[in-house]
Amino acid sequence: MTNTPRLLEVDQLAVEYPGHGRKPAFRALEEISFAIRPGETLGLVGESGSGKTTIGRAILGLVKPTAGHIRFDGKDITHAGRHDRRNLSRDIQVVFQDPYTSLNPSMTVEDILSEPLTIQGTNKKDALERVRGLLDRVRLPANSGGRLPREFSGGQRQRIAIARAIAVKPRLIVCDEPVSALDLTTQATVLDLLVEIQEATKVAYLFVSHDLSVIRHISHNVIVLYKGHIVEQGRAAQVTSQPVHPYTQRLFMSAPVPNPAQQRERREARRQLVAATTGQAA
Amino acid sequence: MTLATEVPTDVEPVVPRSGLVRRFLRNPLGLLSTLVLLAVIVIAVVVPFLGLPDPNGVNLREANRAPGAAHLLGTDGSGRDIFSRIMWGTQVLLAGSGISLAISMAIGVATGLMAGYYGGWFDSVASWFNNLTMSLPGIVVLLAVTTVVGPNVYIAMATFGILLTPAFFRVVRGAVQAVRNELYVDAARVSGLSDARIIARHILTVVRAPVIIQAARVASIAISVQAGLELLGITDSTVPSWGNMLNEGFRKIALSPGLILWPSLAIGLVSMALILVGNALRDALEDRGHGTTRAVRLPARTAVEPSATPAPAHPANALLSVQNLKVAYGTGSGQKEVVHGVSLHVAPGEVLGLVGESGSGKTQTAFAVLGLLPEGGHVSDGSILFDGKELTALGTKDRTALRGTDIAYIPQEPMSNLDPAFRIGHQLTVPMRTRLGLSKADARSRALALLARVGIADPEKTFKSYPHEVSGGMAQRVLIAGAVSCNPRLLIADEPTTALDVTVQAEVLDLLRDLQRETGMAVVMVTHNFGVVADICDRVAVMQSGRLVEVDTVEKILTAPSQSYTQKLLDSMLEDGPARPYPFDDDDSAASPLKAKE
Repeated sequence: MTNTPRLLEVDQLAVEYPGHGRKPAFRALEEISFAIRPGETLGLVGESGSGKTTIGRAILGLVKPTAGHIRFDGKDITHAGRHDRRNLSRDIQVVFQDPYTSLNPSMTVEDILSEPLTIQGTNKKDALERVRGLLDRVRLPANSGGRLPREFSGGQRQRIAIARAIAVKPRLIVCDEPVSALDLTTQATVLDLLVEIQEATKVAYLFVSHDLSVIRHISHNVIVLYKGHIVEQGRAAQVTSQPVHPYTQRLFMSAPVPNPAQQRERREARRQLVAATTGQAA
Repeated sequence: MTLATEVPTDVEPVVPRSGLVRRFLRNPLGLLSTLVLLAVIVIAVVVPFLGLPDPNGVNLREANRAPGAAHLLGTDGSGRDIFSRIMWGTQVLLAGSGISLAISMAIGVATGLMAGYYGGWFDSVASWFNNLTMSLPGIVVLLAVTTVVGPNVYIAMATFGILLTPAFFRVVRGAVQAVRNELYVDAARVSGLSDARIIARHILTVVRAPVIIQAARVASIAISVQAGLELLGITDSTVPSWGNMLNEGFRKIALSPGLILWPSLAIGLVSMALILVGNALRDALEDRGHGTTRAVRLPARTAVEPSATPAPAHPANALLSVQNLKVAYGTGSGQKEVVHGVSLHVAPGEVLGLVGESGSGKTQTAFAVLGLLPEGGHVSDGSILFDGKELTALGTKDRTALRGTDIAYIPQEPMSNLDPAFRIGHQLTVPMRTRLGLSKADARSRALALLARVGIADPEKTFKSYPHEVSGGMAQRVLIAGAVSCNPRLLIADEPTTALDVTVQAEVLDLLRDLQRETGMAVVMVTHNFGVVADICDRVAVMQSGRLVEVDTVEKILTAPSQSYTQKLLDSMLEDGPARPYPFDDDDSAASPLKAKE
């Protein structure tokens, strides 16, 4: 059997947020293990408070793991320092959920996009040249560079955020609910752009979302999180159409389908499922 | 989403980058004050070259002269030229107050940035020092300092600068804390920027504006304190300063009352200019191009005139009928229409879905029916008939009376629609007591019954809770309980489940459906989610860019829409799409990349 080398390995990861005063510490994640290979998308799906965003933030070094290991390209980065992080930023990038707050409102698009490049030592002239290429890559008008984020719509801003992420040609992008704030039609085009970039560059995605249909559309493998634990994992087609764990089933049944007759059936099925699992630890 | 953010962004004119300066200069008081301050600075620079009489030149023969050709503003008790002393006084003033400002700003901004960005022990220590400084009686400290180091106005002002650091520290620390966890700062961290560069590039821009405003205020305080110190005579009396002139004027106020006039005027003018500049800067920063919105409010009512094109008649059996509704923002040539003639109706007991993407005008239409359009928005044409009453012709008071009783509303963001300062029980019972005239006890028992009805497990506990103590799903149930508490005949729900988890969304939709069946109320459901539409709606109106695309039964819209736009919206849904093909050619389960451990 072929075994493509793993790009990212997460092993028994746990994250605990310290308590305040009498409040006990909150265990956001427990026993999280998975791996991602180059060119692969791993979807993390769960509801608010499930810890899905925390996994991404731990990989990005924005929260400190309490236990476990994160290895990138064979190297342990669980507690990477500032210097290592700067080198890692060439390989690991991020696209956040909210395209309104993830771009500095007082910087031009050109400044936003050239910043990660100049950090990595590209000179200003080459960086600006590359910015033009990036704008073209995410299909924004070539004259967007001198404009401010507020002059763009939500979908366009998310394209700017994607351009910033791919500027340094990373090998892994953490996508934290990148399409949740977008309109349906925009959502589809942004997802298609992400797939297209992945197929061209073999970048890997850790794709966080609460929406099972989005996860199904973009992921190869899927992890379902519930209260900080992995409750189900497997191939996207399998997890998103024949879920095994009761919680995933409930998640699946709760998403309404755009067909009145089918939705009536699904509603009935969900009610039976909920009735059957009540009292059981979901 | 809140009301303000639902205003289509294209209504708001794109503010050019130089907008701040232009807005500032458009304010006449700000412009005038800036000119005054510039004049003071110019005078301080050029005064040695003006050939004025020596400001300290004592000449007793010339004492107490009235204004005239030789002495423009006359002379004081020692025969010194008052005009010359006023002019030279600008130097002392700028140096003294400048030292205070520079010191307080340098220390305050630097420590504020570090305390706000890093937090931790530095924040604790710095905050403690600032609290200490603020609790010190400033004038006592200054008197002590001048006693120890001698009557030097600059040392006194430097000390005062240290006493003023909290003014900057607190403003900067607060502003930095507000943006420290913004996503773009996180993105910069991920990009590998050093802290120094993150602060310089991403944080400093946020504190720039408040620091400038604060500087104007601090400078005016410094000026009055400097003048005060000099007036008390505890500083070097040989320098020609405005405070020293005041001092002499007060001593000789009986002899020549005119002496205090000019320095008082000068100090007053500069302090006033600084405060006005600060205010003008604040106004310029807060004004985001809504300059015309305030003027709109009055003409909003008169703008509703009989439509030029005869609108189709209102259907007879409708509870709510909207005909040729137009919603606009602004007035006159700046008027921007966002809803361009929408007609729809809702029968009693019917659930109408209002679907569209952001900017389609669905929320604007709903808010027009509620009479709750954001500031600047108004119904510019058309008719809204509710139960035979023309809503556009009703006054504010009648509209308010209608809301809550006959027409109820459920918002998208449950949390921001509950007042964090009051217990949930209080917020539920007040409308029932004022609208239905229930007694306190009756309102309470009805509220508890409603909370139980909307599926809250422990109504007593929730009744006594504050909004922050319940989850988002619970808060939405509370708002639904509040919305149905006064037996409305029409419920307008604006994306009521968008902010909720999908499992909670399913439960809330079940609740809404049951309540609608029980009470027979009509519902207008504003949503972008076709799944929600399929779940609860009877008929659907599809909107695009402020126009109605089509209205039909839910089956027809979702399975066989007549318009291509509706089809396009349906196609962009991912629900029925295939899962992504798996490209790796490895053995299926054994080498599953999900198993990280060998």
